[in-house]
Amino acid sequence: RRCPRGLRLPRGARASWAGVTAFPPRRYLLYASGDFVKVHSVNTEETLGLLCGHADLVTGIQLNPHNHMQLYSSSLDGTIKLWDFMDGIPIKTFTVGSKLLALYTLASVEDSVFVVIPKMGERDTFQLVSVKLTKGAGQDLEGKELSVVLDGVGASPKQIAFGREDSYVVSVKDVNLQVYFFKQKLLNRFSLSTAKTKGGDNRFSCVVCHPKEDCIATGHADGKIRLWRNFHHKKAYTYSALHWHHDIVMDLAYSLEGTRLLSGGVESVLVQWHNESSCQKDFLPRLGSPIECISMSSDGVLCCTLHTDNRITIINSNLRFSRSIQGLIKSRDVKTGLVVDPRTKALVLNGEPGHLQFYSLQSDQQLFSLDIVQRQYIHQAGLKQSDLVKVAFSARGTWLATVEESEEVADPELQLKLWFYSEETQSFALNTRINTPHDNHITDMCFRDMDELGDDSLILVTTGRDCVFKVWVMVGDSDPEAHQSVSWSCDFVGSYHNYQATNCCFSEDGSLLAVSFEETVTVWDSLTWDLKCTFCHPPGNIRNICFGRLTCSKYLIGATDYGFLCCWNLLTCALEWSAHLNVVVLQPDPLSEHIAAVSWLSKESSLFVFKPSEPWPVYIQRNLCKEKILLAAFVPRDEPEMISSEKYLWLRKSQLFFLTDTQELMTLSTKSLEERLTPSSKQLAVEESLPVTPFSVLLGKHRRQQAQEDTDLGKPVVHNRQEQASPAVKELLHTPAHVLPSASFLCTIFINSLLISKENKSAEEVADEVEMESEKAEDESDEEDVTAMEQEDTSPMELLGEMTCKLSKSQEKELRKIRKMDYSWLSAF
Amino acid sequence: MAAYKPVVVQACPKLGERITQDTLYWRGYKTPVQIKEFGAVNKIDFSPVPPYNYAVTASSRIHIYGRYSQEPIKTFSRFRDAAYCATYRDDGRLLVAGSEDRSISLFDVGGKAPLRQFEGHTKPVHLVGFLSDKYRIFSGGDDYSSKLWDIPSATEIISYSEHTDYVRCGCASKVNADVFITGSYDHTVKLFDARTKSSVMTIEHGHPVESVLLFPSGGLLVSAGGRYVKVWDVLKGGQLLVSLKNHHKTVTCLCLNSSGQRLLSGSLDRHVKIYSTTSYKVVHSFNYATSILSLALSPEDETIVVGMTNGVLNVKHRKPEEKNESSQKKRQPAYRTYVKGKSYMPKQEDFCVSKPVKRVLRKYDKLLRSFQSSKALDAVLEPPIMLHTPEVTVAVMQELHRRGTLRSALAGRDEKQVNLLLTFVARRVIEPRFTPVLVIVADMITDIYQPVVGQSAIVDKQFLKLQQAIGKEIDYQEELLEVLGMMDTLFATFTKKRDTCLEENKSNGVTEIIETNRNY
Repeated sequence: RRCPRGLRLPRGARASWAGVTAFPPRRYLLYASGDFVKVHSVNTEETLGLLCGHADLVTGIQLNPHNHMQLYSSSLDGTIKLWDFMDGIPIKTFTVGSKLLALYTLASVEDSVFVVIPKMGERDTFQLVSVKLTKGAGQDLEGKELSVVLDGVGASPKQIAFGREDSYVVSVKDVNLQVYFFKQKLLNRFSLSTAKTKGGDNRFSCVVCHPKEDCIATGHADGKIRLWRNFHHKKAYTYSALHWHHDIVMDLAYSLEGTRLLSGGVESVLVQWHNESSCQKDFLPRLGSPIECISMSSDGVLCCTLHTDNRITIINSNLRFSRSIQGLIKSRDVKTGLVVDPRTKALVLNGEPGHLQFYSLQSDQQLFSLDIVQRQYIHQAGLKQSDLVKVAFSARGTWLATVEESEEVADPELQLKLWFYSEETQSFALNTRINTPHDNHITDMCFRDMDELGDDSLILVTTGRDCVFKVWVMVGDSDPEAHQSVSWSCDFVGSYHNYQATNCCFSEDGSLLAVSFEETVTVWDSLTWDLKCTFCHPPGNIRNICFGRLTCSKYLIGATDYGFLCCWNLLTCALEWSAHLNVVVLQPDPLSEHIAAVSWLSKESSLFVFKPSEPWPVYIQRNLCKEKILLAAFVPRDEPEMISSEKYLWLRKSQLFFLTDTQELMTLSTKSLEERLTPSSKQLAVEESLPVTPFSVLLGKHRRQQAQEDTDLGKPVVHNRQEQASPAVKELLHTPAHVLPSASFLCTIFINSLLISKENKSAEEVADEVEMESEKAEDESDEEDVTAMEQEDTSPMELLGEMTCKLSKSQEKELRKIRKMDYSWLSAF
Repeated sequence: MAAYKPVVVQACPKLGERITQDTLYWRGYKTPVQIKEFGAVNKIDFSPVPPYNYAVTASSRIHIYGRYSQEPIKTFSRFRDAAYCATYRDDGRLLVAGSEDRSISLFDVGGKAPLRQFEGHTKPVHLVGFLSDKYRIFSGGDDYSSKLWDIPSATEIISYSEHTDYVRCGCASKVNADVFITGSYDHTVKLFDARTKSSVMTIEHGHPVESVLLFPSGGLLVSAGGRYVKVWDVLKGGQLLVSLKNHHKTVTCLCLNSSGQRLLSGSLDRHVKIYSTTSYKVVHSFNYATSILSLALSPEDETIVVGMTNGVLNVKHRKPEEKNESSQKKRQPAYRTYVKGKSYMPKQEDFCVSKPVKRVLRKYDKLLRSFQSSKALDAVLEPPIMLHTPEVTVAVMQELHRRGTLRSALAGRDEKQVNLLLTFVARRVIEPRFTPVLVIVADMITDIYQPVVGQSAIVDKQFLKLQQAIGKEIDYQEELLEVLGMMDTLFATFTKKRDTCLEENKSNGVTEIIETNRNY
């Protein structure tokens, strides 16, 4: 049985796009995203494939200079892989051993690649080495033949560049520049003065070489770009400077002929320098976020920039914005929390600075980005930017309330904005703006959620550190002839003993409002705004509160700083139960009684799901992940999922998502990662590229017959067997014909797969196996699965064994062995 | 990639009257023409046919005025005593008037002497009018009776003595030739049908009825008396629809506008109020010099005529509508080339290429876009912007502060510019919506120009002015806080009495008001 576990969604959340992109003849954009390399079609704007197999961050990708359908990738796990990226198949794996930080390939050197590795025995020193790629048989090869080219290089891939016709290599680090000439075996070192003259900072940040001339362009931390010439001579070298950037130059790129130089930095402006003169330059401003990396396509027609917020922008050669690829935009700090838009079921959180992003979980796409602050964002360090801190939706999604504040601690420039969803324009339009709604920071905000009463009963409550909570109501213009215009204004101001108000929450029917004031929870009648009762569980301030729902609506749950989770009964006004738990996140499911609490204890997050009416949890998942979980949200499913296991019944109606402090979006799933990832398009890409072999035609016929027989018999058991057998056969079919072993070898497996296995398995288990087998069987991912299972086994909750799966697993492994063998068979020729 | 976002200027809702379609419409009259009559003007009636002359009854005369004449074009003065209620017939040819001498006179608009005299009332006749069949006249007098007269034979058809006080107002139905209503000082409005011997319906207004009106559809009835204007549904048996109390003295006259969408009421409190007949809210009101007795609106709302107690007739004509300038454009030679194909509707298979829209940026925005802070500040310190739209200046200052370049933008200015800046700051710093930003600006200016204080008399004077303004504001705030404290105590005692068990802070009523004032 597979178990749900914290899955990393390999969307941008992971985020460091490791580096280099390349365009094989204009059609594909390859980029590294976390542990994967993604293949993206430039023309159709869709992700065609996902190259997964690395066990750690991919640090560099380079096209094979001798075969443009192949790609080298290096990773922190110490391997270099050669891929056929059209089919998404790894061809070879070279194990180097130590961490690989960057990868370079040269057209002139056929049998080796260059990588940056940490120097043995020394910390924070790196060296550029060339790795001899042995031409051995088999898929897994050793790449241990290393020869050091340069010592003391930078760890970033941008700090090394290869010169014209691969005759020399340049490396920059701090204030030093080294040039090594391969033919002459000559090493020239140049260094700039370390003194910071006029606030300038001479340190190098990146380097590129002119493709046609002997010229090196370097970017510096103070925004200067220096062009070095005549560096063959140790003394008589010259350099000229171009200066436009006011802060560090993040990356440089030359055009194909070297006539244009592109540079980018934190200003998020792409600058194009013509003919290396500082007077002729073009700009592409306001690209949204700092540029981290610039890459030219191999034919020089397109160029793309990578941004710090997880975005790729594709730009035409005439410096026109073409399109952008973006998933979940990484913002500096998710202050808004994870909110679900009731209308689109999209996840709503901070996006670009001052924007709210609506992120569709189904399609892994940004639906749209709503500009809340509506001010020009200046990319400059040390400015007090104003950003979005609170977001709330009304129950139907027609109203959106946002709070923005500047970063100043003492006098935050607060604005409360209310947006109305207009059906005509299909977007939110600003309705009311309230300046300084509170005198100090706003700590929480919520709408009264009353679906049946419609929008007229809408009430918004904000709590602030100025020791009050305020109630805002809609004031309508009752003149029917005038345009139906409504606006919001303050209706009631409440406070309690001059304590800071920290949280607020409405009960499900909207009759009660709970506001927590430091250590105390106060409950107010929402009709008369009378204080009804107070609850307190000293010591410790209240961190979270929420009301129970449906059958548990008489309970109020609160979590305190001192690690207590309390449940109060509103009818008896007494403490029902309490538990010692350091709750960080408390999230009620809008569609059921369940409440999820995430605790943070000794470097691991644990998940507890419980019903307020019972003090013992429904579900416990210890050690959910190593990072601290900051936010969680229940996203309602479109249709209730069929979950057979009693343990996961609470996941039936909605799905739980987490955001960790490293800004990874995670979910709890009963399915495997592979299935979740847009399975249709991926499998399609693989299947279409395969030619129809006579073997598959024969098999297809056979399968069709079989299916017919099944329908004739109408036996569900037989149908199960059919499904179970299909992955093995599929694997057989999808292995290219030229790498298949002889038919006699395959025969037994094939026959075995067609046999009816013993009927002692339950239907569910069989289904689970199918799930496993349908994965693209890469070794690494499989290992990951195994470790995950082991973890599950050790957990006390996990009692179900894996005994019955064995048979089909062995089958699977056998098949994989064959695939590994086939290379030797091929290379014999 | 996003376009440059212009600086957001904080708009603030204007206090006072809201400008609506109605205000614009009713403001579209020229300055009034004042005509002096011999006595209080008790009735004004417009002729229903062009050229829309109007008859004004005042004292013992009836004057007929033309549309734009300030002198009467005709006068009926053969009354022994005061004349009342001169009313036109539907075709505009006959005019009927009651009189203090108990008689009713019927005039031809062209003639001088009365065509008929109807004798029968025993007291003065304040109400006369034509039924909509044009051949009968109804009347009401101070003898508490209302009568119906036949014009050709000059005889009384029927007499109703149901009211118990003076009958002073009435109105005939436009849809039924037999129905008319009368209002009396006995607080009732009665509906009569000429085919029956007694009144059909009695409506209790509650105050002496000064004026009644039937809607053109005949379904709704409006009565005015005391300070109230009440609307009744006749078809529902005289159910009260709405009671309006917008005047603070007796309402004397009612009138509908030509479209029937607006109801006008004039009162002794010198106001004419205009109500919407759908929501019954006041949409506009006019002010007059003295108490109003009578009121009339010409067809198409071209003229409003108001008669007062002191005998002044106030006539307002509508301004002619401004002509469209599109006719001028047509003469330009380039018109054809520009407009060619503009009206072309794209077909389904057409491929539309849209021209990129050129965005127009204000001068300061252009400068801010290119990071020229000093020049941007210069641009908003120009007198027209500084005087009329200070919020723009403040918004740009705030934006500069946000970018961290405000100090450098303020520095390095000569005497004249510093003077200009300080004048602006000293005047506006006390406005609550500008205070947060301008306090920072004032701080920076004092910081920057501290070394040169004493070198220029003008700048020194401005500094003193700024100091004064701030000092004054601080005193004022202190006083306000004192008041607030006093009120808080009062409120606290109130809440204690009502409910002592719970600690509750409802005293924030006053602070709340202040805060809502701040929340523009």
